[in-house]
Amino acid sequence: MSHSLTALAYLIAAICFIMSLRGLSSPETARRGNAIGIAGMVIAILTTLANPGVLSYELIIVGLVIGGAIGTVIALKIKMTALPQLVAAFHSLVGLAAVFVATAALYAPQAYGIGAIGSIHVASLIEMTLGTAIGAITFSGSIVAFAKLQGLVSGAPVVFPGQHPLNALIGIAIIGIGAWFCITERYDLYWIVVGLAFLVGFLLIVPIGGADMPVVISMLNSYSGWAACGIGFTLGNTLLIITGALVGSSGAILSYIMCKGMNRSFFNVILGGFGAEGDAAAAAARFKDKAVKSGSAEDAAFIMKNASKVIIVPGYGMAVAQAQHALREMADTLKKEGVQVSYAIHPVAGRMPGHMNVLLAEASVPYDEVFELEEINHEFSTADVAYVIGANDVTNPAAKTDPASPIYGMPVLDVEKAKTVLFVKRSMAAGYAGVDNELFFRDNTMMLFGDAKKMTEEILRSVH
Amino acid sequence: MGNDPAAAAALAAKIAGQGGAVGSGDSFIALFTVFVLAVFVGYYVVWNVTPALHSPLMSVTNAISSVIIVGALIAAGPVEFNLSKIMGFVAVVLAAINIFGGFIVSQRMLQMYRKKK
Repeated sequence: MSHSLTALAYLIAAICFIMSLRGLSSPETARRGNAIGIAGMVIAILTTLANPGVLSYELIIVGLVIGGAIGTVIALKIKMTALPQLVAAFHSLVGLAAVFVATAALYAPQAYGIGAIGSIHVASLIEMTLGTAIGAITFSGSIVAFAKLQGLVSGAPVVFPGQHPLNALIGIAIIGIGAWFCITERYDLYWIVVGLAFLVGFLLIVPIGGADMPVVISMLNSYSGWAACGIGFTLGNTLLIITGALVGSSGAILSYIMCKGMNRSFFNVILGGFGAEGDAAAAAARFKDKAVKSGSAEDAAFIMKNASKVIIVPGYGMAVAQAQHALREMADTLKKEGVQVSYAIHPVAGRMPGHMNVLLAEASVPYDEVFELEEINHEFSTADVAYVIGANDVTNPAAKTDPASPIYGMPVLDVEKAKTVLFVKRSMAAGYAGVDNELFFRDNTMMLFGDAKKMTEEILRSVH
Repeated sequence: MGNDPAAAAALAAKIAGQGGAVGSGDSFIALFTVFVLAVFVGYYVVWNVTPALHSPLMSVTNAISSVIIVGALIAAGPVEFNLSKIMGFVAVVLAAINIFGGFIVSQRMLQMYRKKK
């Protein structure tokens, strides 16, 4: 395949990737978008295999079959609640692959046309160092994120004195030793850079608490893109650069949206420590002796049956209790009774961007009944019932009224404006952010104590 | 190593050497131009993605970032067996997991999005 033909094929693949992201602008075009993405990938791989430098196919085919089989099995078996940790694990693989490709380029530069051993172009060495360092950070950072999301380690932030100066020191060391490597092309220096980057990736994510994981996953998504970019610059490959830039900016935008959803600055999230034990205790004491009104499933069924408009506010607790199917059945039954039902989703309702939408879609909730915070927030004032299930912090009015609250300024769903708030909750414990919710004590709130799934099923039986 | 292809490549690099400094500078600017424009394209395309599809967006971007497999294939492609080839092979496996896993899980998610009956 001639050089310009290869470049042209890569351009087509890049356009396919852009169009596949474009397809995600609406659920109707999204499936076609995914198919176009697959087409782009096939073009990219076939074009590379036709490259004159690629002569032996046995190992490649074995690799594709092994990797393809593992990926397929995992993707088909994974539960949608476990999606965030799956994506974290996948990010770690991209990071690690970037490290391997950069290393291969260092040990066999002639295969990539970037010089010969001992005389690799300095520009290529710099790009290689960047690519491998970002890749290594993505790898170890994603491993930590995976372990936290999977519950292998506690989601609580790990904070120790001197953490940030230590990270800064390692960062400076990476830059210094990286520069030294670029001048000398010494392999030992390269491996020191890789080792330090692994370490810093680990140290960066360890202090970030479980509640901030949506930001972390988005951020690592972005890093995996920049790592691909770095490798693209090393190899002079525009397809890698374009794709890496798409992924990098996508992850950055998602991080921004998640930060805004929690009213945190990106910097504040990265520094970590949010959701540590100290925050919870202070707030908990304040509501100790206030009374709450609690009700039964029959009460809730009666109220909802006689309502004309119900807004359901699901949170991650709903997914943990696997209540989404029961919830959809309850909504269907209410709709048959002539009640208008819709769902309100907070940007950080799940454990990754858009997670709650997927969980509801899995339970066959039509996507045109599901609304984002800005779309639906003004509707609570005209709703008869807000049914809050497995959500807590995202409904807390303290975010609007109490400047002392750790979540002050966070955009919240105005559920208290509904005539009645039905709040399904296991106990009076504080939410994920460790903040108490004054909503429990309001006159128009009825607490429904119990497991989210069981409670919803009981209501469903009573509505019938 | 130090066998013929490597030596030939080294020679070629030396021959191209004189103009190489200017040439590689130019090509860096060309690549950088592509990079900056792609960031802009990414920015506008991604803001258009509906928030309901942000999870599939992550898994699709994850799958396409595995286009890094292009670099892995080149490393795994030569006939001679060396460290680079092993590195390339491992990277092919890792990227393939991602490509298949990422696209399939995206497809699974997107299948579930249905309109009101």
